[in-house]
Amino acid sequence: MPLFWLRVALSLYGVGLLYAVVSLWGGRPILTRVMLPAVGLGTVFHFVALVEYGMLGPAVAPSFLHEVESLLAFLLMAFFFVIYFRYKTASPGVAVFPMAFLLTVLASAPSSLVSSPSPGVSRGWLIIHIGLILVGYSALLFSFFASILYLIQERNLKAKASGGGFWSWLPALATIDEIGYKCLVFGFPFMTLGLIAGSILAEARFGAGYFRDPKILLSILMWVVYMVLLYTRWSVGWRGRRAAYLAAFASGAAVLALLVNTGWHGFIKP
Amino acid sequence: MNFQLIGVNHNSAPIEVRERLAIPETRLPDAIRTLVKQPGVEEGMVLSTCNRVELLTSSQQGTDVRGFLSLYFGVSPDTLNSHIYEFRQRDAVRHVFRVASSLDSMVVGEPQILGQVKEAYAIARGLGAIHSALDFLLSRAFAVAKRVRSETAIGSSNVSISSVAVQLAEKIFGSLNGTTVYVIGAGKMAELAARRLMANGVGKILFSNRTHERALQLAEAFGGEAVPFEQLHDTADRADIVLTSTGSAEFLFRRQHGERFLARRRNRPMFFIDISVPRNIDPEMNRLDGIFVYDIDDLQAVAAGNTAERKKEAERAEKIVEAEVERFASRLKSLAVVPTILSLQEQCETIRQAEIDRIRGRLGNITPEQEAAIDVMTRGIVNKLLHTPITTLKSSVAEPEAASIHDIIRRIFNLNSGKPNK
Repeated sequence: MPLFWLRVALSLYGVGLLYAVVSLWGGRPILTRVMLPAVGLGTVFHFVALVEYGMLGPAVAPSFLHEVESLLAFLLMAFFFVIYFRYKTASPGVAVFPMAFLLTVLASAPSSLVSSPSPGVSRGWLIIHIGLILVGYSALLFSFFASILYLIQERNLKAKASGGGFWSWLPALATIDEIGYKCLVFGFPFMTLGLIAGSILAEARFGAGYFRDPKILLSILMWVVYMVLLYTRWSVGWRGRRAAYLAAFASGAAVLALLVNTGWHGFIKP
Repeated sequence: MNFQLIGVNHNSAPIEVRERLAIPETRLPDAIRTLVKQPGVEEGMVLSTCNRVELLTSSQQGTDVRGFLSLYFGVSPDTLNSHIYEFRQRDAVRHVFRVASSLDSMVVGEPQILGQVKEAYAIARGLGAIHSALDFLLSRAFAVAKRVRSETAIGSSNVSISSVAVQLAEKIFGSLNGTTVYVIGAGKMAELAARRLMANGVGKILFSNRTHERALQLAEAFGGEAVPFEQLHDTADRADIVLTSTGSAEFLFRRQHGERFLARRRNRPMFFIDISVPRNIDPEMNRLDGIFVYDIDDLQAVAAGNTAERKKEAERAEKIVEAEVERFASRLKSLAVVPTILSLQEQCETIRQAEIDRIRGRLGNITPEQEAAIDVMTRGIVNKLLHTPITTLKSSVAEPEAASIHDIIRRIFNLNSGKPNK
């Protein structure tokens, strides 16, 4: 059943994907009107799927990677709506919808990589670790999207494009900047706590040796870049191009750390 | 129902003619009252703005409002005829829709006209000069204007230099609330733009001029702060928006100044508006991340682009108006059969009641249940008999022979005499 709801959500996200693609060609008002209710409903169904999955309990082996993809997609959508209600702009959707759609496609595909938490790993801790990290990831990704939109808007303003123009629907530069910064600030504690929870989890099981794992090193690198990003923004106000580079780097490391299966995360392997 | 509209606007008549026809607000009620007293006129409305004077009337047979216009204003018919336009029926409907949607305005898309039409409507309605057909027409016109505004971007682009400056500033800073503007130099244009920015919520305004006296005057007038011209480079980073219009032959701000400003502002963006010729700001500065420099040509290019954009949007708006005119016409036709349907139902109900009263004496004592049964039965008969004539009437409105079907039904049921046939 959770898979069914997930697929319903997926088809509704399809509308969002279409919206994102069409927006790049100037946008269609009708699609804009349909888009929000569709992806909103999709997010609700997605939530239903997640809750149902959660209620199945530890007896059912979760396909770990799929769960993560699904949760990340959901969090991205949730972020999108928070920003939509706060700033009255749907523009992050252009980046978020394709991403959420792709993640949900992956999550709802028949599972080939079935893996279950190995015994001895507390499911509770695992969920806390994953949940916190994913909230951090979504915030970081959002910040990255925002810095790309910032670059586009900046280039737009510098090019002195007259008239409505291609990207005229973008929000004001300051608004994009604020979204990016707020996401960064919001995500940092989640990311930090998520990594700490992961370390506790790993140390309890594997001892200090876990530090040498590439996946962990990537995660730590990502965290350091994240901190640098936050610091430069806060102290010298780096934004635009430089912030985009840093955010791209941190997001890249984050995604890699998520996807790379180094074999060290032994408890997620069959 | 006949709609008729006559008037002059900025295209048809020069200002000398328009000002003779313009009606001050105080005289508007009198003009409307006089208008609806004209023979044949059932409803009337007068719209008088600086760009147009229009009389809109509805009548059964059609009337001559031209005579009224020339008499009321004492303008010779010859003068009038060469400048006046007249629309009837569908064309009048279209014109009203276009005016309300700001498609007939001098600056297409300007938002004031809708308010002016609404006001004219409210005044006429308050005097009882608008009650049925015009009411229907005007409320449709307001809906069309709203639709045009929401479905096209006709009103969203700015076409004057100072509004373009505001538009760009908002594109950078979002809301202008709490931003600081620095006005350097004291040209008329700079003052105008500053006023415009202030009106849009700018929080603080600084003035600087080679003659410090002038800066002090402006600061006082705008409630701002005057800064000595020598301190220009030390203070400019306080401002988010810098507006220059000095007669300086050299650049006041160069790239290295911009770099310094950004460092001091922790890279918060700055917007330089340079409306001076020769330019006061080195265009090189636009290359710095976070600094945006627009000179007068750039602003004009944006304004011109907006004008072109408006033209494109106006074409889309015209299509909407055309579709709405079509819809209005068909609604109007179906509205024409409503009185017939009502009097048909009324007449049959009268007959039914009369027949019930006539036989009640012969029925003797009947129970309330029996009475209710008789009521239900007679109503059923009447409704079944009326069903076909009414649906035929309704469906005929779109057909060419609508008028004759309408007429036949009125004759068959003797609806014209006003008395039911016994």
